[in-house]
Amino acid sequence: MADIALQRRTARPPIREATAWDQLRTNRNWLGFWFMLPAMAFLILFLAYPLGLGIWISFTDAKIGRPGEYIGTENYEWLWGDTIFWLSVFNTLLYTAVASAIKFAIGLYLALLLNENMPFKAILRAMVLIPFIVPTVLSALAFWWIFDSQFSIISWSLKQVGLITENINFLGDVTWARICVIFANIWRGVPFVAITLLAGLQTVQPSLYEAATLDGASKWEMFRFITYPLLTPIIAVVMTFSVLFTFTDFQLIWAMTRGGPVNATHLMATLSYQRAIIAGQLGEGAAISSAMIPFLLAAIMVSWFGLQRRKWQQGENND
Amino acid sequence: MTDLPTSRIDLKSVLAGTSPTVAKDDHSEGMSYLQSVPRRMVTLYMPLAIIVFVLLFPFYWMGLTAIKPDEQLLDLDKFNPFWTWNPTLKHFHKLLFDSHYPLWLWNTMYVAVCATILSIFASVLAAYAIVRLRYRGAQWVGGLIFLSYLVPPSILFIPLATVVFQYGLFDSPLALILTYPTILIPFSTWLLMGYFKTIPFELEECALIDGASRWQLLVKIVLPRAIPGLISAVIFCFTLCWNEFIYALTFLQSTSNKTVPVAIVNEFVDGDIYRWGSLMAGALAGSLPLVILYAFFVEHYVSAMTGAVKE
Repeated sequence: MADIALQRRTARPPIREATAWDQLRTNRNWLGFWFMLPAMAFLILFLAYPLGLGIWISFTDAKIGRPGEYIGTENYEWLWGDTIFWLSVFNTLLYTAVASAIKFAIGLYLALLLNENMPFKAILRAMVLIPFIVPTVLSALAFWWIFDSQFSIISWSLKQVGLITENINFLGDVTWARICVIFANIWRGVPFVAITLLAGLQTVQPSLYEAATLDGASKWEMFRFITYPLLTPIIAVVMTFSVLFTFTDFQLIWAMTRGGPVNATHLMATLSYQRAIIAGQLGEGAAISSAMIPFLLAAIMVSWFGLQRRKWQQGENND
Repeated sequence: MTDLPTSRIDLKSVLAGTSPTVAKDDHSEGMSYLQSVPRRMVTLYMPLAIIVFVLLFPFYWMGLTAIKPDEQLLDLDKFNPFWTWNPTLKHFHKLLFDSHYPLWLWNTMYVAVCATILSIFASVLAAYAIVRLRYRGAQWVGGLIFLSYLVPPSILFIPLATVVFQYGLFDSPLALILTYPTILIPFSTWLLMGYFKTIPFELEECALIDGASRWQLLVKIVLPRAIPGLISAVIFCFTLCWNEFIYALTFLQSTSNKTVPVAIVNEFVDGDIYRWGSLMAGALAGSLPLVILYAFFVEHYVSAMTGAVKE
């Protein structure tokens, strides 16, 4: 039998050697390479390369229309002594911290409310998301008009009620301007937080609440010991995104105040745009935006390790 | 990354309001019957009404301003500012016939459509390769793509401006069409990976045995089954393009090339105190296409939003 089998094989035409072309066509790794090629081309050319280039530019004295020369850390040293830069760092941290905290609180509250049974639930949920859909700049313009110094509807209403006698100079006063941009940011961010948390809430088994009710748990205890622990993983991710996008916000500020009054609302992103593109100091602008990277890494790290800890608390593996 | 310990998120139910959970399947109302109506009034409807009012008021105000005659806009005491009895289309008329608005709208649409098509093409291939081909280092590449989603445009715009200038793309829509995919690809790849993972591998194995090529597998088996995911990715990409501001602001210069968000901020904001009507009309007209799209695909929006977060 073995002989016959052997003869058969030699009688057949020999199996063709895999050519280089076949390798390119069917080998798993090569195929993977071809499939990844378009995405990688975009990401390397327009994301990874500029990211490196940006850091390089921050060490040069490049201006618009003139490639710079290496000047070491001069840009950073200059920024170190620049009070406007430090003001923008302070503004960015304040803006991110306050807006993210309030977005989280209101977003979670709204998600809990929307999770209740009520009429017109579907329409309500769809409407809540609208601020997130409309382009930020366009809604920022609406806020610009609402916060107008002369014709603000808020000032008018408050005057009618009798709470104030003079118009509030919403975007012209340092404190008010900060409150207004933070408010607009919260307004835009709450729907995202609320709808994603709502999706998380719907996976919580109602039987848990029923059991807790039988055990005599109060509303707050149910939230604290059932809802919140089950939601933490999704909260960590949502808040990472929220913090990241708030920290690097540009368009809202640019449409509403352009950094004014007296730089009170300048964030690092708007300051780097102003220095790099409007004033033409590419090197300095790049240094400002590179200075954002450590903050972003810190934000990612904090939420990432927060996430790991929660996983471990729930008795899962730290994979 | 963050598998919830409980059941999977059922995205459609999030908006339809039908909870997938066990207790709701028997048409009971959970434990809400324990609450009296007056109590629900205070703890549920009132706060909800306030939040929804705040969330929607700017749009009401935007729409109202866009149709108010000029003299009513600025005289808050003589006319009731919250309503108008003689709406006018003057501002929209000015927008359509005395400005480049239709052109800006077209530019935005053109850039958004092209960038979306490019990104979806690249993302489908990349997501398929990462999930199904599992070449050496696929996991690693998947992680890198997720990381690149976290790189914000406000860090990249300065070096990208020099790159765009070097390639001679400055002040051309092509600059935006080529740079927007860097925002869109990481997101849509991540989203599509999630969808592709849910398609049974056995289907593809059968087709492979029947002699189908990888390309045929993708086009004839995987894609038809991932259509909800594709729609989500397309809509979200389109919205992101429409919303993008800083690249468009930096890379475009001539008035006729601008996209709607940039053009409104730069071209309409002059010293004229009567500008508000046309400004708000422009903002409204720029938002409407997205809101209409949203109205048709609410579920897909939500699944895209939560899909990017849940993996």
